[in-house]
Amino acid sequence: MSSRFPAAAAAVPEPALPSRRPRRPFASRLGSGAAPYLLILPACVVIAAVLGYPLYFMGRLSLEHYGLFQLIRHKGEWIGLKNYSQIIHDGLFWHVVARTLAFTAVAVSLTMVFGTLIALLLAELGTKMRVLLTAGLIFVWATPVVVAVAVWSWMIDFEFGVANWLLTYLHVGNFNHHDWFASTWSGWAVITSLVVWGAIPFVTLMVFAGLTQVPQELVEAATTDGAGPWRVFRDVTMPLLKPIFVILISLSIIWDFQVFNQIWILLNGQPPPEYFTMSIYAFTTSFQQSQYGLGSAIALVMVAILLVVSFVYIRQMVKIGDAE
Amino acid sequence: MRTRRARRIGFNVLALLVFGVMVFPVYWMVSTAFKPGSEIFANTPVWFPYHPTLGNFGNAIHRPHFWADVKNSLIIVSAVVAMSLALAFLAALALAKFRFYGKRAFIILIIGVQMIPLNALIIPIYLVLSKAHQVDKLSGVIVTYLTFVLPFTIWTLRGFMLGVPRDLEEASQVDGTTRFGAFLRILLPLIGPGLVATSIFAFIQAWNEYIMAYVLLHDPSKQTLTVWLASFTGDRGTAWGPLMAGATLTALPVVIFFVAVQRKIAFGLTAGAVRG
Repeated sequence: MSSRFPAAAAAVPEPALPSRRPRRPFASRLGSGAAPYLLILPACVVIAAVLGYPLYFMGRLSLEHYGLFQLIRHKGEWIGLKNYSQIIHDGLFWHVVARTLAFTAVAVSLTMVFGTLIALLLAELGTKMRVLLTAGLIFVWATPVVVAVAVWSWMIDFEFGVANWLLTYLHVGNFNHHDWFASTWSGWAVITSLVVWGAIPFVTLMVFAGLTQVPQELVEAATTDGAGPWRVFRDVTMPLLKPIFVILISLSIIWDFQVFNQIWILLNGQPPPEYFTMSIYAFTTSFQQSQYGLGSAIALVMVAILLVVSFVYIRQMVKIGDAE
Repeated sequence: MRTRRARRIGFNVLALLVFGVMVFPVYWMVSTAFKPGSEIFANTPVWFPYHPTLGNFGNAIHRPHFWADVKNSLIIVSAVVAMSLALAFLAALALAKFRFYGKRAFIILIIGVQMIPLNALIIPIYLVLSKAHQVDKLSGVIVTYLTFVLPFTIWTLRGFMLGVPRDLEEASQVDGTTRFGAFLRILLPLIGPGLVATSIFAFIQAWNEYIMAYVLLHDPSKQTLTVWLASFTGDRGTAWGPLMAGATLTALPVVIFFVAVQRKIAFGLTAGAVRG
């Protein structure tokens, strides 16, 4: 979703209190089979209008030539699959896809590794330190993306930015007046750090909450049998936390694959092609080149890729929902 | 004994280090916001605002369109929260308290649509709204925000309603209350905190949204606070002090609300996941 925080964090089920008897729905008392349908009807109508129609429209747009002229007339020109064939033969498109995949792989790996390590660290801490670190993580989590970008762009300011000063001070190199976006590699390093930094708290707190549910007897039994910390993590903790990891990894992929705001604002709304991800490519094609049909086709390819990942996520969520 | 103590100290040092790295950007924002120019534009960073000033805040709030954009944000957010809460309440009731054909499909729909990137959806939405002459109008943004706030709100509220023990509802029926009375007296107070938490989360989501507002609102006096802040960030040769003050002000309501309610929602996930 748009922000990295509660969107999906909250899209998770609250634990239902265990009820011993079989479900006895309210419905039987209200005595009407139509009631639930009437209740979801308004929401369905709104979702169909604000989501369903735009999605359908996007599909149609991707089969149309829709430029400035069409924008004025509010009517596209049917061209079949031409937009898609244009994308396929567009070298930049494949670059952008590869770059988006690479960025997603790096960012998700870093987020998961650091998030899990910090969660394991939290589990080792005393109460005071744990509360302190948790509080810090929650502050970072709560920081809106737009605000985070403002702060990071100040930290990497070429003249008075604290990052350049620190790296020079630590003798990493001469970073005086270093422009982080002069080279693509360092530019992407900034973007990746910013995204990973913002994503770590959610992952950490989720993994930590999962860790607290791992039965201590299991860990102790394994330790008595001579298992080291790594074996305990791999053979006891990991399997128990697998559902959480499935959810966290698929969510992180979904979020990082569509990364937009951080890059867009850091680069002042004019990212050069080296900083294009799929969402930025679709966006600039639509809104800066006024090629709405072509942009929609790119966006739909992105949605299709995300759909595969979402499938894993949704399946896990439904499984959990069934267990309630 | 000795190694155990060393281990403990080692972990504490590591924790402080992690804390420092993670929190530093937030600290740097707030401390810069309170620093006078001489401490901001220093060749060696000044780590603490030794001469704190409110000048940056004064500068930020007197910048063009700040108050107009605060007002726009508040209007949009309140309308979105009110509308999605009303719609979501009914739908969540159906999901939590009824069994019906198509329920699973509806759940999959609710979760699935949250995975669609807004930056893809904005293309058709912009065209539809421009055709309906709703570009540069708050009403267009309000409707647009329902795309992500509503599914999220339904799902969250459903979670809270599931948490209400069925036995309680049944007990009240045995005592002879009417169905509607049972609903009002038992269910509503129990999910009250859930309603508050859900609306706060909806508030935060709508408040933080950037790209929809950025595309749909062009007139600087009709934008939202996030768009105001982002365009401020984009100004090169930036006035960093006022920018950090503006960023602090933008984050403030979100952080306060978030800290207040995050436990309520965040930890539900894992409890359910491990059990299943």
